[in-house]
This record gives sequence, structure tokens and C-alpha cells, in this order.
Amino acid sequence: MIQTLFGSVEPEPSLLEKLKSGVQKTRAGLVNALEDALQGRKEIDAELLDELESTLISADIGVRTTEEILERIRQRVERHQLADAAELKGMIREQLLEILAASERAPAHVAEPPAVILMVGVNGSGKTTTIGKLAQRLKNEHRSVLLCAADTFRAAAIEQLEVWAERSGAQLVRQGPGSDPSAVVFDAVQAAKARKVDCVIVDTAGRLQTKEHLMAELHKMTRTARKVIPDAPHEVLLVLDATTGQNGLEQARKFTESSGVTGIVLTKLDGTAKGGIVVAIARELNLPIRYVGVGEKVDDLLPFDSETFIESLFEK
Amino acid sequence: MFDNLSEKLQRVFKNLRGEGKLSAENMESALREIRLALLEADVNFRVVKQLIENIKAKAMGEDVLTALSPSQQVIKIVHEELIKILGSHEAKLRFANEPPSVFMIVGLQGSGKTTSAGKLARWLSRNGHRPMLVSVDVYRPAAREQLKVIAKEVGQPIWEGAAEEKLPLDLARSARRECANMGRDVLLVDTAGRLHIDEDLMTELQQLKEQLNPVEILFVADAMTGQDAVKSADEFHKRLGITGIILTKMDGDARGGAALSIRNVTGQPLKFVGVGEKSDAFEPFHPDRAANRILGMGDILSFIEKASEEIDQKKAVEMQRKLIDNEFTLEDFRDQLRQIRKLGPLSGLLDMMPKVGMLKELKDVKVDENEINHVVAIIDSMTPRERDNHMIINGSRRRRIARGSGRSVQEVNQLLKQYAQARKMMKSLSGGFLGRKFGKMKMPAGFPFGNLPGR
Repeated sequence: MIQTLFGSVEPEPSLLEKLKSGVQKTRAGLVNALEDALQGRKEIDAELLDELESTLISADIGVRTTEEILERIRQRVERHQLADAAELKGMIREQLLEILAASERAPAHVAEPPAVILMVGVNGSGKTTTIGKLAQRLKNEHRSVLLCAADTFRAAAIEQLEVWAERSGAQLVRQGPGSDPSAVVFDAVQAAKARKVDCVIVDTAGRLQTKEHLMAELHKMTRTARKVIPDAPHEVLLVLDATTGQNGLEQARKFTESSGVTGIVLTKLDGTAKGGIVVAIARELNLPIRYVGVGEKVDDLLPFDSETFIESLFEK
Repeated sequence: MFDNLSEKLQRVFKNLRGEGKLSAENMESALREIRLALLEADVNFRVVKQLIENIKAKAMGEDVLTALSPSQQVIKIVHEELIKILGSHEAKLRFANEPPSVFMIVGLQGSGKTTSAGKLARWLSRNGHRPMLVSVDVYRPAAREQLKVIAKEVGQPIWEGAAEEKLPLDLARSARRECANMGRDVLLVDTAGRLHIDEDLMTELQQLKEQLNPVEILFVADAMTGQDAVKSADEFHKRLGITGIILTKMDGDARGGAALSIRNVTGQPLKFVGVGEKSDAFEPFHPDRAANRILGMGDILSFIEKASEEIDQKKAVEMQRKLIDNEFTLEDFRDQLRQIRKLGPLSGLLDMMPKVGMLKELKDVKVDENEINHVVAIIDSMTPRERDNHMIINGSRRRRIARGSGRSVQEVNQLLKQYAQARKMMKSLSGGFLGRKFGKMKMPAGFPFGNLPGR
């Protein structure tokens, strides 16, 4: 995908198009604002830096990350390495890229299937929908999938997952509403092992990161999965709504503490929200972004690529 | 994670007390701190800019009062400015002259519309109305089942539509008719979540509005929303003319600066906040409390209100008398613990406390909800005589109590020791003027909080 951006090969044009259109508004916002800020400026002065700060903050990148980026720019200006306002954009781009690239990490190696993927996140971030899409994605890669309905709390969550299982042709393990989520996890992982399924995706109930007993419940689910498969869960994905502001950082922090998050899925990127908080998360917690959700259709989940992300963010 | 704004300001104004005026120089770093605090609370940066201008204008040249520290003075100004945007009084719901009043509930995906619809139905039924629910979310899998389960939970009727009614407009039409037939006075219409840039779905909402002629269009917004809040709220407002805002997920640790942004861009009042997953975790919005929260200053008012709602005043007065006269028995202690229990989860209570000054230590306090239960269990396992006079509890009684409560003898010992110490302390207090002072306190005595057996 990186190469397509530079106009050489075209492996998956449809995917790229989708990501592009998904990030279009993000780009329009940030780039326009940056360009507005840079318009007609030659010199880098305090006022210009202030405007850049507002621009980055309005993308939800966060105060700390923004300050760090600006501080480096200030240093370079002082050392006369940077004088032209036109170079600023490239430099900001470079720094954002650096932050995201530093957190990139390959998914854990799965010694023996099934791979167990645990989906966690706050209420309404889009876990169940993402699971539906992810199941479809794995199916397309000819892998067998079993969905585990461990959200036994929210009304009709199980039914919602059931619909997605049907749509993607995945198997489903469920119990009644109100049953112990860890018990459902145990059942599902065991069933997957017995049926030699490639991949188990566990849907958990949305929970705010401040509810300690619910965070402890997540921890218990990971322990339970481990009883059946010692190196499970192989991937713990935090589903994060792109509209989330600075609280996203706390979410990532607390969920990582309780359930060992290994990656982020950024959803609802088809709106006008920029999802800049992932930059702050990548910087402070070193968590890679695995997928982005760019729509409501079953194939609207795309693998995240930091270069493509930033590239399309700054593309004219 | 964040340092409290008032602490930061205290540092900024360390050297400015009771002398001079607030000036451009001494305000500069204070304004920077305020700006950062507001941005970290997710207040939109344009709103922040405007706020900072106002605060600057207001503060400049003001005499530094001796009564307030400069930091308090500045906080007061900031607070006033926030309230100015949030609106100074509670906004009430409107109802149609001729029932049914139709309320449309709209918002982005995952903001909490369906949950809020259920909570609102419960709230309305508690406040003398007869609501009926209908879901016109025909898109998200199991959305209508979700509302059905919630309706059952809150004990309010739901219109599920005839089998052939598959379109939102058809469902809405029949729901309205049914609502009138059944004599329900409010129809709550739960709509599908949608992005504000989704042309088709926004048009659908406009059609629903035309057909239903709602008195309230409530925009549901997630308290965790970042800078984008203004865009979505603005678009919904332009297309539909929203009449109020419900802010959800305020039970987390988000500061909820989005409330300020949304209120500012739409000019419409915040009417309710969602503060938990249960159907009763739903309250009218209080601007001053929200302002405190955005500034990270706790919500002591909510705490006091909650305490006065739940705590039996007569009992509290009696308790104070007993404390002073040193008649405070283990039985009373248990009563008090139970009263605290009624206030809800302890962590929720602690969240409402301002995390400054004396109460700063509370910031990182983790309360084990079970500890209170354990203490109550231990006291439950005593005989009435033992509760009345702890002096008679000897070794074998302690072992019996431990067995009966399922706790260890050490825990029983610890509780008795702390109880004895507390009594002794009360005795010495009640001797001097402090005792009288203590007696005037209207709040339930803080005694049990400080003396729980620690781990």
C-alpha cells in the first residue's frame, strides 16, 4: 500500500481507495488546517507555532504529544536547521510517522491453533461490529472462526453477535444472558480446540476503565483462556472510537493494565473525527494500531498501516 | 494523571498573595495552565480560545483580594465563565399541550441512545408520566431486541410494530397511533446511530421529525468525545434543530469537556447525564457540577445531596449525641456502615469528593467494597449484649465471632481495637470545645471512614 502511494505497484486498489476515502475527512481537516496555518508565512514565529499547536490539538493528538512535537521544531529553529515555514509540514509528518512506526509490532506467534483474540473496550466503541467484520476478514483468508459471546451483560448483545456469526458463517458459542463471562470463554476456547478451529474471537461487555471490578473480570477471562491454551490470549485488541478525546489514553492505560492490550482497533473513522488520540497512545504506551473501521458494511475493516495513514493524512 | 488545576494555579501564584493586582505578567502562566486543563478535558480548542480571552479580560486589573488566594480568585473567574456557557439553571423537559409528547432520541453510533431511552422512560414514569418506547433502528443487528429487554427492565411498554412494518417511518407512525390509543402521554423514539455526514440517514431523521412533530429532539453525546464533538453536534442541530442534550458515560473518568463544546455550538441546554449502567443511573444535568468536573474539582454538591437524600436525619442527630456522650456502641457503628452502604458504591462516593487540600490523599484510595461487608458481618455475629458492651468480648467470644462471620480472629481483634481507640478519641474530644463544635456538624460523622480495618 505504501508503494501505491508513490505510484508504483497496485496490489489492492480497492482497499486503498477505501482507506483513502475513510481517512479523507481526517485528511481534509488536518491538512486544510495546517495549510491555513502555513498560508503566506515565510518565517516561523511564536504565533505560527501557536496555530500549529491548535491544529494538532484539534485532531485530538493531545497536549503532551503536541508539545513534544513543537518543542523539537523550536529546537531546530533555534539551531537554524529550520527556517522556512514550508518545511514545517514535512517535519510534523515525519515526527508523527516516527511515533507510529516506533510502536509497530508483529502479532504474537501462535504455536498451535486456535489463536485467541480478546476484544475489549468501553461501552459503545464498536466491539461487536468490529468482531463481525474481523470474522469476515478471517473467513476471506480461509480460516475457520469461532465467536464467543462473553458479553452476557448488555441487553441483546448475544443476539447481535449471533447475527454477525450468521453473516460471516462463523461458529458461535453462547450461554444465557447474565451467565459468567469467564465460563463462556472456557467453553468457547475448549470447543475451538476440540473442533480444531483456527481462531476464537471473544466479545466482551463494554466497560468503563474506572470500574475496577469489571476490569478484574476481564483479567479473569484472560486467566481462564490460559487454562485451556497456555499462551492465550494471543491478541487483546482495544476497540477505540475515533471520536474519543483525551480519555482514550486513560482507556488504553487501564485496559493494558488489566488485560494486557496488544493492539488497537480504531473504529468510526468514516466520520469527521480524526482519531489523533492513537498517536498519543502509540507515543505513551507503545501500542500498535492493528485495524481501522471505516464503515458499517462487513468488509469495512482495514489493516492499519502507519505510513499509509500519515501519508494520506498529508496528501494533497 | 492530571495534576489538579487548582494545585497548579496555587503554584503559579505562590508569591502573589494579598498584594498587587492580577496583571498580564502574573496571569500569563496561569492562563497557560487553564488552557491546558481545558484542552485536556476535551473542550474544543476554539471554545478554549474564546474562554481564555474572556477570563483574561475579566481578571486583568482585579485587585488581589485578601480573603481569597489569587488562585482561588482566578478559579472563581474560570468557574463563572464555564457556567456562563453551560447555562446557569437546570433545563426542564418540554411537553406537548396535547398528548402524546413525542421525544426523538438521536446521536452517533455507540453514544448510548438505547440505554438512555430506557433510563429516560424510567425517569419519566417516576415523575408522573406514562411513557411508551419504540425503536426505529432497523439497521443495527438486535437493536430492537435490546430496547425490548430494556423496556421490560424498566417496566414500561414498548411498541414492536406489526410484522409488515419494516421501515422507520412506518414504525413511527403506528407507534404514535398506538401511544394515543393506549393513553400513554410520552412516546420515546429510539433512532439508529448514524454519522452526521451520512446523507441518507440524516434525511431519514428529518422525515421522522416531519412526521412525528416531536417536542423534544434529544442529542445523545458521549462524555468521552474529543474535539470532533462540535462538528457532529453542529450538523445534527442544523439538520434537526435539537432541543436538548443527554451526556452519557459520566461515570467514567472523562472530564466531559465535550459538554461545553456542544452547548456552545448548538446553544441548546444539557438536560440529563448518564452516570452508570443501571437504569436508575440517570440525573438531571447540573451546570455548576459539570464546571467543577471539567476543572477536576470534584463534585461535593452531588455528594451532599446524595447523603441528605439517603441518610435518616433523625438517626444522624441521635448518632452525634451518642458520639459526644460516648454511648456509641458497635450496634450504632453497624447502623452507620449500613447508611453509608445505601449511598451506593464507595468508589462512586470518593469520585465526588474534591481531590484537594485535606482530602488529597483520597486521590489514589482504592476502597474494597467488601471490607464494609466484612465489618458488618463481624458485628452481625455478635450477640446484642456484646454489641452493647464490647468489654465483655473475651478470647472465646472472639473465636466464636470469627467463626460466625467467616473472618479471622485477627480481623475481629483489629475491629475491636480500632473501635476502642475511636471511642477513646471521642471521649477526649467531647470534653473540650471541640466536642461542641463536632456536635454542630450536619454531615454524618467521618468516624467509620477513617477507622476501617486496613489491609
